[in-house]
Amino acid sequence: MITIERPSWRWDPWKEMDRMQREVSSIFTLPRPRRVASFPPLNIHSGDEDVIITSEIPGIDPADVDLTVTGDTLTIKGTRKPHEVKEGLTWHRRERGSGDFFRTVQLPYAVDAGKVQADYVNGVLKIVLPRAEADKPRKITVKPAS
Amino acid sequence: MEDTKKNLNVEKAQVPETAGAERTKDRTVFIPAVDILEDANNLYLYADMPGANDKGVNITLENDVLTIEAQVDGVSFEKHNTTYTEYGIGDYHRAFTLNEAFERDKIEAKMKNGVLSIVLPKAEAVKTRSIPIKAG
Repeated sequence: MITIERPSWRWDPWKEMDRMQREVSSIFTLPRPRRVASFPPLNIHSGDEDVIITSEIPGIDPADVDLTVTGDTLTIKGTRKPHEVKEGLTWHRRERGSGDFFRTVQLPYAVDAGKVQADYVNGVLKIVLPRAEADKPRKITVKPAS
Repeated sequence: MEDTKKNLNVEKAQVPETAGAERTKDRTVFIPAVDILEDANNLYLYADMPGANDKGVNITLENDVLTIEAQVDGVSFEKHNTTYTEYGIGDYHRAFTLNEAFERDKIEAKMKNGVLSIVLPKAEAVKTRSIPIKAG
């Protein structure tokens, strides 16, 4: 194998091209503008007995959230209040959104509305929706012919 | 004013991997959305960091750089499969350069419902004073 050693003082067009490429590609990795999504964002975890829905809704009063379950549909409704604008306050940055939100989710199965539990910890809403007893799969034993 | 109301429907932004050295933890790091306000006496900072509790938050003010960091312990549900995801879970990191002096000992921070709020009282020397102009 032949290795060519380049003196370090010499201008190296390959190195230069590398550097330029890095510079150009760094432009594309800058923080991208935020994508528009639905609020509040939901993660759904399904199990055999129940469905757990988690949602990031920071900075709301749990009393401002309205959850309703009908059959296999869950509705999340609420408001995130804006800052109270006091006299003499000036904005430097405003990135946190505010306003009303509304979402409807179709669940994989009918839910026992009476047993739905929800809690709100550290800005994350967690809703546990147990599957309705009537909707659970039933095992049918095949009787041998007598 | 151009935008008095900010849209709620915004996705969490990630800290680009090329920003400085790599992290030792293999976790996604998000840039928390912030509101920063100022009045005559204080600077107020609010950051959305859902999932983080008061123990996982780390605030440092070094020289003029205010850094906010939060570690989030993701919850995993046994016996459940995550079938649909709209948001990622990860840590938070963001730093700001402050161009004023603040009373370092009097900075207050609290964490409530996934929102970090910091009040930075301005140093006496830099508080704005209105200077009366005398008629000649």
